[in-house]
Amino acid sequence: MAQQGAIMGFVHRRRRGAELFLLVLALLVGIGAYAAVGIGVQGEVPADIVGYGGWLAALVIVAHLVVRIVAPYADPVLLPLVAALNGLGLAVIHRLDLAAGDTSFARQQLTWMTVGVVLFIITLVVLRDHRVLQRFTYTSGLAAIVLLILPMVPGIGREINGARIWISVGPFSLQPGEIAKVLLVVTFAGYLVLHRDALALAGRRFLFIDLPRGRDLGPILVMWAVSLGVLVLQKDLGSSLLFFGLFLVMLYVATERPGWLVVGGLLFFAGAFVAATIFSHVQTRVDLWVDPFAYYGEGTSDKGRQIVESMFGMAWGGLIGRGFGEGSPWRISYAESDFIMAAIGEELGLTGVLAVLLMFGLIVERALRAALISRDGFGKLLATGLAAVFALQIFVVIGGVTRLIPLTGLTTPFLSYGGSSLVANWAIIALLLRISDQARRPVPDLSAESDDGASDAEATQVVKLS
Amino acid sequence: MNKPIRTISIFCLVLFLVLMANVTYLQYFRADNLNDHAGNARVFNAAYSRERGSIIVGRDPVATSRPVDDQYKYLRTYPQPFKYAPLTGYFTYSYGASGIERSQNDVLSGEDDRLFVTRLVDLLSNDGTKGGNVALTIDREAQDAAYEALSALPGNVEGSVVALEPRTGKVLAMVSLPTYDPNKLASHDFAEVNKYWKQLNDDPAEPLLNRGIQKTLPPGSVFKLVTAAAAIENGEYTSADDLVPGGAAYQLPLTSGETGLIDNEGRSCGTDRIPFTQAMAQSCNTTFARLAVEVGAEAMRDQAEAFGFNREYLEGTGPQAISRYPEDANAPETGQSGIGQFEVRSTPLQMAMVAAGIANDGVVMRPYVVDEVQSADLDVVATTPIEEFSEAVSPATAAELTKLMVYTVDSGTASPAAIPGRSVAGKTGTAQSGSDDPPYAWFMSFAPADDPQVAVAVMIESAAIDRGEIAGGRIGGPIAKAVMEAVLR
Repeated sequence: MAQQGAIMGFVHRRRRGAELFLLVLALLVGIGAYAAVGIGVQGEVPADIVGYGGWLAALVIVAHLVVRIVAPYADPVLLPLVAALNGLGLAVIHRLDLAAGDTSFARQQLTWMTVGVVLFIITLVVLRDHRVLQRFTYTSGLAAIVLLILPMVPGIGREINGARIWISVGPFSLQPGEIAKVLLVVTFAGYLVLHRDALALAGRRFLFIDLPRGRDLGPILVMWAVSLGVLVLQKDLGSSLLFFGLFLVMLYVATERPGWLVVGGLLFFAGAFVAATIFSHVQTRVDLWVDPFAYYGEGTSDKGRQIVESMFGMAWGGLIGRGFGEGSPWRISYAESDFIMAAIGEELGLTGVLAVLLMFGLIVERALRAALISRDGFGKLLATGLAAVFALQIFVVIGGVTRLIPLTGLTTPFLSYGGSSLVANWAIIALLLRISDQARRPVPDLSAESDDGASDAEATQVVKLS
Repeated sequence: MNKPIRTISIFCLVLFLVLMANVTYLQYFRADNLNDHAGNARVFNAAYSRERGSIIVGRDPVATSRPVDDQYKYLRTYPQPFKYAPLTGYFTYSYGASGIERSQNDVLSGEDDRLFVTRLVDLLSNDGTKGGNVALTIDREAQDAAYEALSALPGNVEGSVVALEPRTGKVLAMVSLPTYDPNKLASHDFAEVNKYWKQLNDDPAEPLLNRGIQKTLPPGSVFKLVTAAAAIENGEYTSADDLVPGGAAYQLPLTSGETGLIDNEGRSCGTDRIPFTQAMAQSCNTTFARLAVEVGAEAMRDQAEAFGFNREYLEGTGPQAISRYPEDANAPETGQSGIGQFEVRSTPLQMAMVAAGIANDGVVMRPYVVDEVQSADLDVVATTPIEEFSEAVSPATAAELTKLMVYTVDSGTASPAAIPGRSVAGKTGTAQSGSDDPPYAWFMSFAPADDPQVAVAVMIESAAIDRGEIAGGRIGGPIAKAVMEAVLR
């Protein structure tokens, strides 16, 4: 195969050894942080460091071996980044557990990580070609809607902290929105890749933009509107914002018409203004964002406590942080989930926060790189969508925690405590690895392919589906 | 589709750059501003969790920090809580601090500039900042004697004892009753702290008050020393052997009838002129009211202010009450002021300063309680300099006043303070504040009279003693004696 690739000029190397080396570094981050928490909080290296570290290492190494076997050309940087972030998240959650005394979030999170890695492996093993997913365009769309509606079903849906985004079945509870997010990207990608020409070219010109025909845009628009409507009803601001942005980005990439961004941006600001005027819970968030100190301390509603304590914590952390165990991150409510970046900012400082942001940035960059080099339109759209959803989520949650934008309430991928989010994100990484494996893999049969891998003509390529 | 993907890449890059810029702003440029925010409990907790320095008397800490296994890491502990609480003050999470804990907070918390080097070493060696120690001027034996003697009085005693070293102004003892347990206020069990705090604040006896410096009361007859000083300083009389006006009664100028009539409550004060020593020894009201009128309002006020009235002088112990001598007293008011009544108000420390000034040849030294500031490693980084506060009277006047006081102990009202084999100078006082309230008992003294080592002021605001039994000499004298003996031993 290498010989055939060489004929084409550039061929991607597998770089599995590099991945393994980076994974060792990632494990050092995860296990080192766990040990540092023990030393900082309890004054000694935790007794279960071998068992804990061994389990973490085992998960990561197994994931690596599976990638080595079933996706040998996959991007070598993604898995180590994710392993490092997940390990760091576990350590920070463990640190907050120790501060709280009576919680065992870290242990549960490790279980969820195990589930996540298993799903990651299943995805890679079962899904040998991401284009198969295109067959499930409408199925996954329907599933996404069902999942989004589930929390509103009486009996299994639950409202926590004002947002009705949870379902609980027996002892398990999860946020179906996290899984719906992935399904929605699949749906958008599948639909748009089929209708992109019609969407881009057919239709009438109105103001700055060529409006597509209703029958082309209609189904996807309905789909999107339903998900958005559901989220608005559930008062899930963060996810609403996420889905809106995702839709816009994918529409723009599919049609290559920047006008969509302009229209979408205007719609966003109009919508945001209307929402802030009409919905009291949006109004509250905006007020808290404009002047959180007015809602902090005695004599006030104290609703600003969380964001103010978050800012105090990050300021207290300063450049290099207080060190694990030396800060007071427990002062921030929900520090282990929504506000985990504030806990990192306090104890690991600006340095730690920038490092985490860089890692997230690299994940997005790697995902977009997979999109760029992917040979098929569906893969491109899928990877772009996943990258966009990731980047937007990071921006919304960290921007909220650092008071760049109003707080909305989303999890920080791989860091925050929460099973649904962790499992869904591991699945996203599996999809990205699959796409990058396909993209980097040398073309098996030159004669069957067009000579331009990046051409848009790829969208009409015949896909072998089994 | 690659062109829009590249655009999206740049968009994502911008998102991340904005996030990075924002956290940099938050954690670096705005950090100081947020750390200084009034409601920021983190910064306060960090200070609260730091290893705070000790307050030391002699070689023993009277306030120290003990490592504990909770989120605040150190617990403030007071080994002799009741005896030293009025001095050390309390150190609480919710209610701030008082006393030395408050006034020396910079040193104890380690933030004082004088501890800069120590702080630097701590930083380099990665130790948490340790606070410096504050060594007090208190003499352990004198404090013990004062505390034991005062609390030996029957009932719920309200009173104070202050002892000074006349030559330096060092505070050798400062006791105030009722007192409290600062350990209960330093506790990390905040519910218990709140309860105790409320209890202390609701107590009408005001246990949180350091009566030695924070409460002024009419000094009564002990103020007669100031009147005598003014009379001698102003040339009216020159020696303790001079004759002064006496008599059984004295009608204040511009008055008539009962209200303006001063009498001696049956003490032997002659009919016309009596020796100065007798007037002092018998604490004759008629004599000193008349002397004050003779000296005049202005000279009386100047003399009182020379001893420290109407001025602030004590540094390093937190807020102090200012002892008052009336600004514009007319003749009858001046007469009443001459025997320590009308609007004259004094703290026990102020009366101790009068005694110390007389003992120290007329020179009042500035009183102080903080002897040394030490680093956490016990290196002395600062010593409080001895400072002259005022020249209240001339050495000659001081010598005459000493004679008067020695006579008062040898053959007068102050005899309970006499120490066999030593020459003691003293003066009693019993101040009436109203006909229903019990009188306040005062006593001030110094010893040895020829080479003064210690000056004491005792004030008893209330105790379970019959009204008729209350007299400065009888209940205050033995306490002063105990303190003087403790220092001289």
